[in-house]
Amino acid sequence: MESLQTGGRTGFGGPILEVEDLGVSLSGRQVLENVTFSVGSGEFTGLIGSNGAGKTTLLRALLGLQRASAGSVRVLGQTRSVRDGAVGYVPQKVVLDPDMPMRARDLVALGLDGHRFGMPVRSKQRAETVDRILEEVDAQTFANARVGLLSGGEQQRVLIAHALVSSPKLLLLDEPLANLDLHSSQEIVGLLGRISRDQGVAVLLSAHEINPLLPVMERVVYLAAGRAVSGTTDEVIRADVLSALYGHHVDVINVHGRVLVIAGQEPLDHPNPTHESAAGIG
Amino acid sequence: MHRLWTSIFEPGFFSSQPVHVAVVIGGTAAVVSAIVGVFTVIRGQSFAGHALTDVSAAGGSGALLLGISPLLGFVGFGVFAAAVMDAIGVRRVRGRDLATGIVLGASIGLAALILYFDTNSAATTGATQQILFGSIFSVNSSTVPVILVFGVVSIAIIAALYRPLLLSAVSADIAVARGVRYRVVGLLFMVALAVAVGLSALAIGAILSTALLVGPPAAALRLTKRFGTAILLACIIGVIATSLGILLSYDSYYWGSAHRGLPVSFFIVTIVFLTYLASGMSLARRADPRRSRRTG
Amino acid sequence: MFSGFMVNAWVSGTVVALLAGVVGFFVVLRGSAFPAHAIPNGAFAGAAAANVLGVNSLIGLAVCALLAALGIGSLGRRGRRDVVTALALVMMLAIGAVFLSRSGQYEPQLYSLLFGEVLGVSTTELLPVGALTGACILAILVLYRPLMLSSIVPEIGEAKGVSARRTEVLFLVVLAMATAMTVPVVGALLIFSLMIGPPAAARSLTDRPLPAMALSVAVALVTVWSAIAMSYVTNWPIGFFVGTFGALCYGIGRVATMFRRRVGALGPATPQPSPP
Repeated sequence: MESLQTGGRTGFGGPILEVEDLGVSLSGRQVLENVTFSVGSGEFTGLIGSNGAGKTTLLRALLGLQRASAGSVRVLGQTRSVRDGAVGYVPQKVVLDPDMPMRARDLVALGLDGHRFGMPVRSKQRAETVDRILEEVDAQTFANARVGLLSGGEQQRVLIAHALVSSPKLLLLDEPLANLDLHSSQEIVGLLGRISRDQGVAVLLSAHEINPLLPVMERVVYLAAGRAVSGTTDEVIRADVLSALYGHHVDVINVHGRVLVIAGQEPLDHPNPTHESAAGIG
Repeated sequence: MHRLWTSIFEPGFFSSQPVHVAVVIGGTAAVVSAIVGVFTVIRGQSFAGHALTDVSAAGGSGALLLGISPLLGFVGFGVFAAAVMDAIGVRRVRGRDLATGIVLGASIGLAALILYFDTNSAATTGATQQILFGSIFSVNSSTVPVILVFGVVSIAIIAALYRPLLLSAVSADIAVARGVRYRVVGLLFMVALAVAVGLSALAIGAILSTALLVGPPAAALRLTKRFGTAILLACIIGVIATSLGILLSYDSYYWGSAHRGLPVSFFIVTIVFLTYLASGMSLARRADPRRSRRTG
Repeated sequence: MFSGFMVNAWVSGTVVALLAGVVGFFVVLRGSAFPAHAIPNGAFAGAAAANVLGVNSLIGLAVCALLAALGIGSLGRRGRRDVVTALALVMMLAIGAVFLSRSGQYEPQLYSLLFGEVLGVSTTELLPVGALTGACILAILVLYRPLMLSSIVPEIGEAKGVSARRTEVLFLVVLAMATAMTVPVVGALLIFSLMIGPPAAARSLTDRPLPAMALSVAVALVTVWSAIAMSYVTNWPIGFFVGTFGALCYGIGRVATMFRRRVGALGPATPQPSPP
């Protein structure tokens, strides 16, 4: 099975994330099957799929929070064990109590070593690191505000900062744009693109709408019917590829740089393709 | 055979007047609590229900001090507190729990003070035990009609609010969108809850009445998927628990040599608790491996 | 007020406030109000049983509180959390009441275990109570970071290897120990007020986590000291003052929050940028 590798921008030579033949079954149902793709250093990859396609399940499997029934996941060449700080995670639907006494910068500081025992040690170095990250995500103006009182977009930035502060090589985000208005959504995508480019952090984020990501996305992993296709945007977002993935006719329309994927009703003329031809692109 | 009969139903059980009164009170409390309790559990208001029981403790002890019927104290103060809790009402679940807890704490503190006066007034010894843990055998039979009236009132409120309550439990937003007067329904429900709690407080004490309010409904909800059936089942479980509890307490006076007996409330709470655990085991055995959501 | 046997009261009251302030901070943070109300009843049952069985009451308190905490934790995973907590609460109360009814002094003992007793800790008990309190506070300090992470963003904690379930169990154990230490003085039914009133007030007064915890201890100290003083002067039960002052703390906190919101001290520093 081929896996595309881009030469890393910094450091580690191989791909940051390698997923091979991953399968996950939940309650007797096969949610993911033979998922194979890789993410190279500093690449921006979108994980696209409609609701219920298995995006969250896949991300949880990558983090080791969900047991895989088949296949392997390697981060920086190693299979899952506690990879201290190598992977940053921004989960879906984080609810923050407005009455909670925690400022944005406190939450970010917790990302430095929140998993270690003991009390946080106040040092100039820590404070400077936190300030630096807050500046990178453009959150200085509300750094001292209560985190539970911030808007959706602002909270998203704080959570991204929290994930970034430990200098991860890979950033995983689960539907970060889901509840944001158009403007905040654009800001977050721009921010993530900038971070990926300037810091060399590989970004894998899931979404059910592909268009907001088009400006910065380099590669895409498209999930449907429990299977995945991966490759560059041009390689994957095509009628023939997606039709083969879905197993029935799918149209792809390009309008002014925007993409529309429309599922038709009729099945394909030829019988269901094998996994190889569907995944052979990525 | 006769020996077996008398060891289960100790002599005088069926002819004793306090027992008759106790069975009626216990049964009424059980039925009202079961009906109100099913809604309480599905609305996730078990904590609020429990808070009201502690609040009614303050009312009951106050009534004792003033020399009026404890029932009026339980119910009256409970309804008042229900209105206050609804007024403070915070929208977020965590904020609501906190507010409920604070009201609970203040009420218990008040109960502590009043009970202190009670015990010092010498006319009412054993006040703490009576108010908090019940004294079903010593209720005057003249109170029975009042109890029945309160019971009917509470059930009537629930019957009138049946559908809006159900809808609001599923989703507050949908209910409001359909024109349900959410705040009014919520307040009326709290009143019905306060009355139910007050009745139970008389039967098994303020502190323990949560058991009748939450136990049988929760067990019933685990055993059946149909809502109407759950209410019926909860009533049955409740009545059996109270009647059996009364019987066992009566019998316990004949156990051992000390002839002191164990309180009714203890038996009722234990039966309810065991029933709930048993319902969990039946649930586990029937459990669908695909189902991951908890139901009760 | 400050001599003789009252010294005991002041010392034990201070210890109680320290513990309630520190543990209560996390109770409020995690929204564990109901379990925090239920677990002390386990301690109550334990004290009652110890009394009748002639066992050291401290051991009775600690063991039963622990059983209650772990029981609620494990049963709560299989059934509805709030229902299990409610039923366990009353079951333990009923058991405790029955034990007490077997002793000679039902009424007064019942009263003091439920509502508190200023002189609830004897001189001989001060040392072990103090030591256990120190251990609890130390445990909280050691668990501080993972506990914060798991309480605020549990999924991120899981991703970093901080198991939410293990953290919950550890916290419940500390909570159980804390209630065991504090029940003799403040009463099983009222320790809860002390654990949620002061932290609720503290978090309205400051935005930062560590100062909030420190403030929660400070407010708890003031509450307990005032309650002891008032109880001494009026001869009324200390539980009444704890419940009332706890509610006052909460009320002050709510007012402070409203005031700060109006003044704009809590929101973001700059208004939102307008969309293109």
